[in-house]
Parts: sequence; structure tokens; C-alpha cells
Amino acid sequence: MNASDAREPRRTLSEAESKALLGDFDVPGVPDRVVATSDAAVAAAGELGYPVVVKLSGERIAHKTERGLVRLALGGAEQVEAAAIELLAAAIPDDGDVALLVAPMLRAARELIVGLHDDPQFGRCVMVGIGGVLAEAVADVAFRLAPIDATDAHEMLDDLRAAAILGPVRGQPAVDREAVVRILLGLSRLATDRPDVLSVDVNPLLIVEGTPIAVDALVEVRT
Amino acid sequence: MKPRIAPERFRAMFEPRGVLVAGVSTHPAKFGFVALHNIVSQGYEGAVYGTNRDGGEVLGVPMVTSLDELPDDAPIDLVFVCTPAAANVELLRACAARGIGAAFLTSAGYGEAGDDGRRAEAELVALADELGMLLAGPNGQGVVSTPARLCAQIVAPYPPAGAIGIASQSGNFVSSFQNYARASGVGVSRAVSAGNAAALTIPDYLEYYASDAATRVGLAYVEGIADGRAFFDRVRDVTVEMPLVVLKGGATSGGERAAASHTGALAADDRVFDGMCRQAGMTRATNVEEAFDTAATFATQPLPSGPRVAVVTTAGGWGVVTADAITRSELELVPLPPALLAAIDERLPPRWSRNNPIDLAGGETRDTIPEVLELVAESPEVDAIIYLGLGIQSNQARLLREGPFGGDPGIERVIAYHERQDARFARAAAEVSESSGKPVLTATELALADPDNIGPATVRATGRYCYPTAQRAVVSLEHLWRYARFEQRRGRS
Repeated sequence: MNASDAREPRRTLSEAESKALLGDFDVPGVPDRVVATSDAAVAAAGELGYPVVVKLSGERIAHKTERGLVRLALGGAEQVEAAAIELLAAAIPDDGDVALLVAPMLRAARELIVGLHDDPQFGRCVMVGIGGVLAEAVADVAFRLAPIDATDAHEMLDDLRAAAILGPVRGQPAVDREAVVRILLGLSRLATDRPDVLSVDVNPLLIVEGTPIAVDALVEVRT
Repeated sequence: MKPRIAPERFRAMFEPRGVLVAGVSTHPAKFGFVALHNIVSQGYEGAVYGTNRDGGEVLGVPMVTSLDELPDDAPIDLVFVCTPAAANVELLRACAARGIGAAFLTSAGYGEAGDDGRRAEAELVALADELGMLLAGPNGQGVVSTPARLCAQIVAPYPPAGAIGIASQSGNFVSSFQNYARASGVGVSRAVSAGNAAALTIPDYLEYYASDAATRVGLAYVEGIADGRAFFDRVRDVTVEMPLVVLKGGATSGGERAAASHTGALAADDRVFDGMCRQAGMTRATNVEEAFDTAATFATQPLPSGPRVAVVTTAGGWGVVTADAITRSELELVPLPPALLAAIDERLPPRWSRNNPIDLAGGETRDTIPEVLELVAESPEVDAIIYLGLGIQSNQARLLREGPFGGDPGIERVIAYHERQDARFARAAAEVSESSGKPVLTATELALADPDNIGPATVRATGRYCYPTAQRAVVSLEHLWRYARFEQRRGRS
């Protein structure tokens, strides 16, 4: 069985590394910059265009929202600078090396979650579900064992109880299902090609004008 | 992936020329007696022998104290083992030497019994491998094979013959399913309680059933799955050949590790198992009656080619509630096409619903129910029918017969008419299904409230399942549609 042993040594990639890896497997991420200082953060924000999001990023940081390490909708240079200084000060020794991640603030009514899980019984599986900060509480998700094909991926979307939100909603176009399917197939390929990857968490996968974009990602690898 | 066991090898277990019961007792409460009794009492026509300490005969079956005493030409393929674990290694060696190809072990004291038991079980598996013998159990309740009229089990009941192949990690569920088979008349082809499943596992049996001409649908109960990936690969192949219904007990261990990721946390409980079932085209039932209902439906109805359902009912309320259940499901309540509407207009009183559900509005008095069923089934826009209200007339007939005026010639004539009609309607539902190739499911609580009512009784006589509620018919039909759709999407049908 190829399921991972829960005790085996593992580490998480930083958000930036995670997104770079996922980009190689057809999971599109928001264009963002990783910088070390508050000045550099302001410069990056100027290039990306306001409003922006600034987050503290590091290999050992998971669950940023819970720790208050995500600052949303920053509208100008002063706010970016203040947020950057606070975030750098919020780092604790356990976080290891940290950096600031600056990204354009995307607005979307719909959020999905996609991921990979190494199940003790069934091995690697691909997941899609309703995402956002309430993803675990809502728990509207579908799993399939990797590898999957496009038919499986479409059926995963059909499995969601809230599948209706994939259609046109509140003036927003329908979710580009084919684009989500490509992401799920990319994750499936990642599971096959990269046995060292133990888990992938993309939450939220924001739906911007119908198109899915990963705005946060966390990859766990075997060390 | 483990290669399939050649189906011919399973003949020793499911179509044995003869059975040896090892460890026969003369005490009717002991398993060693019950096993022999159940084998000889249900019509098995092969040779039967037994072993015990004293020789002689039990239930007319010759007993030997050692296999050496058996006639050289005794055609025995299966040994049914009720002896203590300590005796079994020597017994199996002697059986293999006689050419016995399969063993069913009821004996306890193996994997379920501590370290010593686990060691003994590992030895047993190695021995079966060495001897080239199929080994079922240990700690199982037995094996049933209706084409051979074989009831080799230490519990009741013996089910009617049919097309459901049962493989269960719990013997109790074999009994449950067989009890449902007896009650509903929808029978069983083969059944096996896998016990500890030390050598033969649930997928081994299911693969055999898939190749078995007597079996149309598999019905499995599983708890722990040792190698989930192999299980998936194997059941996915099985569902290409036949539909497979699974009931699962116990949550998986998927959530044991405190998950660092949302995805890991969401994989807790059995969502991964659920996704695996869908990916394999396996029908997952949420409870025991749903499992049997659905297997019985696969066994007795054609697959629908689409989700569009018409409800035909003799009374309004039932139809409304059934329509609600369909709307909540992945099935569709089909709007009646104008041509069908016009055709039904000619056969029903003007007050009929003119809509789906098709409320016959007393169509029984116009005597047009069979014609309406046929019209609906023939409509190209209808994929399946749920028929409600069968048996109402015969229910009244029963009251007339049992009341103080029974015996009056006028009343008797009406009783006979009512019962003739319900029998006719039940037959029409089956005939219309056969001629159209579409599922027609009949539901009435009379299936439970009064199984002898000629309506449900005739449904059973046609080989179909009479659903105790419309809700259960809808759930079963939805499962059939999901399986058909799964096959269609993968270019199979």
C-alpha cells in the first residue's frame, strides 16, 4: 500500500513554493511576489496594483487565517507598509525563515477547495469541495482515488450537494467546469509523478468571473 | 493486482459433487449437527459424508472416524469443517490427499483469538496455498448455493433460488439478506459468510459471481478492508461485468492522524470510501434494507436508459409523496408528452390528473389500468414507471370475506372480481416491463401489511419485488439509474 505512515518526517513548502509546484501541474495561481522587507512589499504592491493582500509566508506556517497572518484589501502604500511591519513582527521562532507574500486582492463570491490526500487505506486521492474558511464545517466535498480521468472529475463536481453554485450565480457566469477539471487532472498527475508529495491543500480556489484561481496553497512533502 | 482465481476452482465450493462434514455431533443444538442437518434437509442431491468420534450414522448419513474409511470412489469436493482449530491441519491434509478442492471452516480460535490464533490462521493460509485448496473462513457461518440446492451453513434460513450473489464479512448479514429474500421471494444464487476471510476475501467471491451465469448482481457487506487500493481495482473490474451493491460497517481510520491540511481533515470518516465506491461504479447502500432492495431491483428489473420516471397511481396522496421523493433524487418526474396525454384521455374518466403523477381517478372501474401502464411504458419520453395502489380491491375483498356477511353469493362474486383484477394488474406491470424493456416498480405497504393479498403475492409470482414503500422504490430506481449512467458515460451499456 502506498499510503503514508503518519509518523514519517514531513515538511510543508512555503506558500510561494507550493504555488510554483502547483503551477507546473495546471493549477493556476494568482500572480504574486515574495519579498523580505516592508519597503519591497510597497514596491511590489505598486507594480501589482491596489488593492492587495499581504501575508506572512514560511515553510512552517499553516493555517494563516487562524493566526491573523493574512491582511486583506490593503488600498494604499501606507497600509501595506504598516501591515508588512506587523506581520514580520508576528513571526515566532517556530516559524523558521519567513517572507512577505504580496498579491492582488481578488474578489469572488464563490470559493472552492481542491487537494490531494494520502489516505491510510486507499492511498492518494484527489478532492474537490466547497472552499473558504468554513470548508471543514460545511464539509461538502468529493474524493476519488488517483489517478482520475476527466469523467471522474466531472462526476466529482456533480457529487457536491451545493453543485448548483457552479452554475450562474448573482450576475456571475457559470464556473468554467473544464478549467476545474483540468486542475483536478493536474493534481492527479502530481500524485502520480511526485511520490514525495504527501498532501496538497488549495483553499480557496477562488472563482473569478467563472475562472478558478488558487490564492492560497499548502503542499506537504516527505523529507 | 492479484490474478483472479479461476472460476472452475469455485465449483468445488458452490457446485460440489459431494460434501464431507467434519466434526458431526449428535446433539441438535451443536453446530456439527446443524450443519449436517441443513445440508441434507434442503434438497442437496450430492453425496454427503461425515466424520465423528464414533462412526455409525447421523441423520442417515454415514460417519467415519478417519478419512481412510471413506469409499475410494466417494466423489467429495467440499469439506465443511466444524472441528476445533487444533484438528484442522491434519484434516485438511487428508482432504487434499483425497482430491477435495475446497474447505469451509466454521471453526473459531483463529485470527479473532489473540496472537496464538493469528499464528494458527497464518499457518492455515500457508497450508491452503501449499495444498492448492480454496479455503473459506475460518469463523464463518457457511455457504449457500441454490443451483446446487446446497445449504451448508450453521444458521437459517435457506433462501429461494434467484440471481443475487452475497458475500459478507458478517455472517449475520448473510442471514439478514436471506431472510429478506424469503420474505420478498426475490432469491439468491450463491451466498457466503467470509468469516475472518483469511485466504478467500470478499473480492475473490465477487469475481467468481461476476463470471457465474446464475448470478446477476453482487451484494456485499464489508467492514475492515486490508488493502483499499487492491479492493478498489478489483471491484472496479467486477462492476464492468455485473452491478454490485455494498453495505459498509464502521468508519474508516482515515481521520486518525491529526491532519495539518483541510483536505486531510475532510478525508476523515468515510468520504474517501464513498468516493471510491462512485469511482468504481459500485452502488453504496446506507442501510441493510436499502442494500437488499437495490440488489433485488438489479436482479429483477431491466436497467433504465434515462432518469425520466412516470408515477401511475390509483390514489392522489401516494402519487404526490412519490413525486416529492423523485424530485429530491437524481431521477426526474417527466412532464407527460401531449401524445401520451391524449391517449390516456381516451382511457380514463375525465377527472384523471392529466399530469404526472398519473392519478387514475378510479381507472380501476373503467378497467383500463393495464392499458394505461402499457401506453406509459411505450412512450419514448418515459424511462421507468412506479406503480402505486395495487391490492386495494383485494384488501376490501379480505374484509368482505372475513366479515359476518362472507359467504353471500353476491359478496363472493365481488371478492372474486377484486382479486382477479389485482392479480391482473400485477401481471400487467411485469408484462409491460418485459415488452418495453423498462423498469416498472410496484410499491404498496400491503407487501408487509398483508403479504397474502393477491396483489403483492402476484408480484412475487412474477419474480418481481413488491416494494413496501414508494420511497424505497424511488431509492432503488435511483441506484439503477446511477449505475446505468456510470456505464453509459464510459461507453458501456
